[in-house]
Amino acid sequence: MALEPDEASRLAALLEDKQEELVGAWTDRVAQSLRGRLSRAELQRQTTELRKGFQSALAGGATDLTQEAAAELRAQLSDLSTGRARQGFSATETAVSLFALKEALLGVLDGGDAGNLREYVAFSEFVDAAALFTFDTYVHVRESLIADQAEQLLELSTPVVKLWDGVVAVPLVGTLDSARAQVVMERLLQTLVDTGSPYAIIDITGVPAVDTQVAQHILKTVVAARLMGADCIISGIRPQIAQTIVALGIEFGDIATKASLADALRYALNKTRTRES
Amino acid sequence: MSDPVERIAVSTDQDVVRVRQLVRTIAVSAKLSLVDQTKLVTAASELARNTLVYGGGGTVEVTRVDNGRRQGIRIVFADQGPGIADLDLALTDGYTTGGGLGLGLSGARRLVDEFDIETAVGQGTSITVTKWCR
Ligand SMILES: Nc1ncnc2c1ncn2[C@@H]1O[C@H](COP(=O)(O)OP(=O)(O)OP(=O)(O)O)[C@@H](O)[C@H]1O
Ligand SMILES: [Mg+2]
Repeated sequence: MALEPDEASRLAALLEDKQEELVGAWTDRVAQSLRGRLSRAELQRQTTELRKGFQSALAGGATDLTQEAAAELRAQLSDLSTGRARQGFSATETAVSLFALKEALLGVLDGGDAGNLREYVAFSEFVDAAALFTFDTYVHVRESLIADQAEQLLELSTPVVKLWDGVVAVPLVGTLDSARAQVVMERLLQTLVDTGSPYAIIDITGVPAVDTQVAQHILKTVVAARLMGADCIISGIRPQIAQTIVALGIEFGDIATKASLADALRYALNKTRTRES
Repeated sequence: MSDPVERIAVSTDQDVVRVRQLVRTIAVSAKLSLVDQTKLVTAASELARNTLVYGGGGTVEVTRVDNGRRQGIRIVFADQGPGIADLDLALTDGYTTGGGLGLGLSGARRLVDEFDIETAVGQGTSITVTKWCR
């Protein structure tokens, strides 16, 4: 049951006339559901703004949340949802804040005649659509927050360590997608410069699968390191990875490969010694 | 036995990662050996990336299958991209039009037990692979 244009304008008038009562009752209910995690003053500010938003959407002739007249209201709803998502509230808690408007409205509707009831049901539907809209926004915001965090994690999870004098190592863990591979390569080359090390060990013990993309990233890193005068050793090639690499047809050419990081280190140290003597 | 089909739409790099994870999970539950799990996951990674890069995106469907004697996993990679004009060439080791190693398609074929391509220029490509439990 959608809103009729005349109902929309009557509701707009009601939202205007009873604004104080409505905002008060609405704020009470939201405050109750969030149990003090946002100050009453803050909530009051939000409900006041939203009431205005609903009123002007309805006064502008909106009978459906997707209409042009409701554009401003939608923007407000997504701001609310974005804020709540960042503050760590759940999507349900955000939606409940809107459902509370329906209860508040019920309190200010006088009498129980059939016209009122119809209007109330239609308005409820409008509010439900608004609540669902915050839900969508919420999910969107959380997704982008998670993507941001993943990016930060990416930075953190590619440590290049100086293992020994003249030997740096980078343990690769997890999925080596293009973005991460780029970070790894840059870090490794920078560390080679900073430490003046002639050897770099790329340890792939933590990589679940080596496909052509991963292999290509490793090969490029090795070539770049070589151009800088450093030799790379690949370590941590587990049996299942070795068999898969062979079946795929990837060739590591003359790049030294070792089963474990310890073997790789021993190999590098031996080389350093023969170099020095 | 009709197991549910798990379906992933592939339109970003992240989706390729999801394909790998799904195939890994199903391969573990089908009790594939560690080597076969790794082979299947790697093949899926190659074909899903081709679907994304050359097919312009598409879908990946993973099903458990049973031929009466053995259990296995079947994966279908489908796109509506440009298709592959010369299949023999595309399946040649080292052939690439995208600056890759040119080993994805031919390598994936070696990593699975059954490999089947249907492709038509201008219409798209559909690749079906199966790996059986030993
Ligand atoms: N789904 C597809 N649609 C159209 N063309 C494709 C598709 N899959 C592969 N090809 C073509 O086949 C070629 C070979 O594919 P293959 O996966 O072996 O190599 P690549 O993707 O270029 O490099 P790599 O996979 O080694 O990183 C591609 O370069 C591309 O031209
Ligand atoms: Mg490929």
